Amino acid sequence: MVNLAINLNGLILKNPVILASGTAGYGYEYDDFIDVNQLGGVSVKGTTLHNRAGNAYPRMAETPKGMLNAVGLQNKGIDYFIENIYPRLQEYDTTMILNASGSTIDDYVALCEKANELEHIPAIELNVSCPNVKEGGMAFGVSCAGVSEVVKEVRKVYHKHLMVKLSPNVTDIVEIAKAAEAEGADSLSLINTLLGMAINAETQRPVLSTITGGLSGPAIKPVALRMVWQVSNAVNIPIVGMGGIMNTTDAIEFFLAGASAIQIGTANFINPQVSIEIINGIEDYLKKYNYTDIQQIIGKLKTT
Amino acid sequence: MTKTVAKLSISEHKRVNDDHFILTLKKDGVFPEIKPGQFVNVLVEDTDVFLRRPFSIHDADTKQQSFSLLIKAVGKGTKSLQSKKVGDTLDVLFPLGNGYSLQENNKVLLVGGGFGIAPLYYLAKQLKDKVEDIHLLVGARSAKHILLTEKFDGLATVHITTEDESLGEKGYVTNHSILEDDFDKIYTCGPHPMTKALALYALNREISCEVSLENMMACGYGVCLCCVAETKTHENVTTCLQGPVFNAKELQW
Ligand SMILES: Cc1cc2nc3c(=O)[nH]c(=O)nc-3n(C[C@H](O)[C@H](O)[C@H](O)COP(=O)(O)OP(=O)(O)OC[C@H]3O[C@@H](n4cnc5c(N)ncnc54)[C@H](O)[C@@H]3O)c2cc1C
Ligand SMILES: Cc1cc2nc3c(=O)[nH]c(=O)nc-3n(C[C@H](O)[C@H](O)[C@H](O)COP(=O)(O)O)c2cc1C
Ligand code: FES
Repeated sequence: MVNLAINLNGLILKNPVILASGTAGYGYEYDDFIDVNQLGGVSVKGTTLHNRAGNAYPRMAETPKGMLNAVGLQNKGIDYFIENIYPRLQEYDTTMILNASGSTIDDYVALCEKANELEHIPAIELNVSCPNVKEGGMAFGVSCAGVSEVVKEVRKVYHKHLMVKLSPNVTDIVEIAKAAEAEGADSLSLINTLLGMAINAETQRPVLSTITGGLSGPAIKPVALRMVWQVSNAVNIPIVGMGGIMNTTDAIEFFLAGASAIQIGTANFINPQVSIEIINGIEDYLKKYNYTDIQQIIGKLKTT
Repeated sequence: MTKTVAKLSISEHKRVNDDHFILTLKKDGVFPEIKPGQFVNVLVEDTDVFLRRPFSIHDADTKQQSFSLLIKAVGKGTKSLQSKKVGDTLDVLFPLGNGYSLQENNKVLLVGGGFGIAPLYYLAKQLKDKVEDIHLLVGARSAKHILLTEKFDGLATVHITTEDESLGEKGYVTNHSILEDDFDKIYTCGPHPMTKALALYALNREISCEVSLENMMACGYGVCLCCVAETKTHENVTTCLQGPVFNAKELQW
């Protein structure tokens, strides 16, 4: 027997595999493909205080080994979520995480206050890093002062597990990570999408309605691994790693780099069952190398 | 309707012309109910292709446990599919989307542009018992781009427009004289400018009209929100889950 359960600074996951926000829907969209209850967790669609229609179509461009998106946090707002979606989520036996976004500190605070009351949602993933909203979002995530301020204010009203999701679109992610830790983040998740762009040479126009968008998929994995490695060496809170994880090998690499759990994003679009395949794959890997606990490989990258 | 992801074997690969082909795929075991207008999302196992590629279901046969796709080779993914052989397997996510509604009517018009004709064949077959008089209108640049209309023999009266007048009436589908007739309903699938023109035509004349959209998709099952269309009420709805078929009057044109 190998133990896959993870204690993320108080947040218990039955295994370290979480569906990433914006690719997970609300979890139930996966019912046809997998047993959602077997997942370590689901980070549900980015939610804001008020309804957001999101950006205009086209919102997607395929790129080499990846894709750009410019969804722009389309969601119906937290009240709609609580009334119409949250009741359905209670039926699942997996850790539901609310991905929370805002454009002002007041919005973040009001949203997280409401989220604090949701008994079946033991954690929020504070998204201070979305590249697809004009105001706020990433603006907070790209400076230490911004991250400090939003985490500090949210921490006052949110008393459960506070995971802060970091942007890779910064000069020094380590400084940002430390700022989030200092203000009371319980864990960090990284990375969000990398700001990118696609151009259609024939029409001489950008492919996305917003011109720039967020890059995800295998194309970003080396950057993500590097950031997880750097941050895990600099903070004492657990890290949830993501960025281009397509299979078990990718997942193991993130654990070795220092991630205590991982999220699967874009890979779901290629194979909606991949999360379960990766959970099984991690177990097989641990058995193969005679480990008894996932903990035994976390941060165990050999550098000498 | 349960969606599945399955490895399906290619039981037939039929050339239509230089750049169009029909793949028939067979599924063992449980075979889902398939509605006309639904689509599949195919994994193209080619290193240069990352996301799945969506295609309408062209025909389906529950007894044979098979369905077919009419594909136009336009780029790397579709060209890679064109080179597949009978016996090869494809990883397919299906059936996706809502599909056309199948009401009883006296006289309906199906309008297809380009590979937009793909879902209309299965639609015509499913409407046969429900509709007295089915008409198909297809348009293309010239005669050699008019595809598969012979398949509709005995199913629908076929009308054609070509831009160079090499077959049927000259012009676009929206200029064809058959549009003067009274139809109870119009079903359409094709490039956006065509569906839009038809939707506006139908709205103007107060004819019920269902359009199938071909927006760019990433997931195909409603989680990524990349494929959205705007409704009259300025809401963005997913064309893969809430569509691809919409009542023309619900969308913002
Ligand atoms: C619901 C739906 C049903 C479809 N049904 C059919 C069908 O029955 N038969 C068929 O041949 N095609 C159909 N398409 C279009 C088909 O998905 C694209 O042609 C295909 O994805 C192109 O892939 P590629 O790798 O060959 O092209 P790429 O190399 O990716 O691109 C080549 C060209 O194809 C265009 N293209 C790429 N993706 C799409 C897309 N999703 N929709 C429209 N154009 C696109 C690009 O703009 C580009 O100009 C459908 C699309 C959707 C969304
Ligand atoms: C279509 C799409 C929508 C996304 N929406 C969100 C979101 O709402 N909130 C968020 O924190 N991250 C969002 N992300 C980022 C992912 O959660 C993840 O951080 C990123 O895609 C990198 O992981 P991946 O390469 O495995 O996809 C989105 C990603 C994609 C592809
Ligand atoms: S393609 Fe992902 S929601 Fe439609």
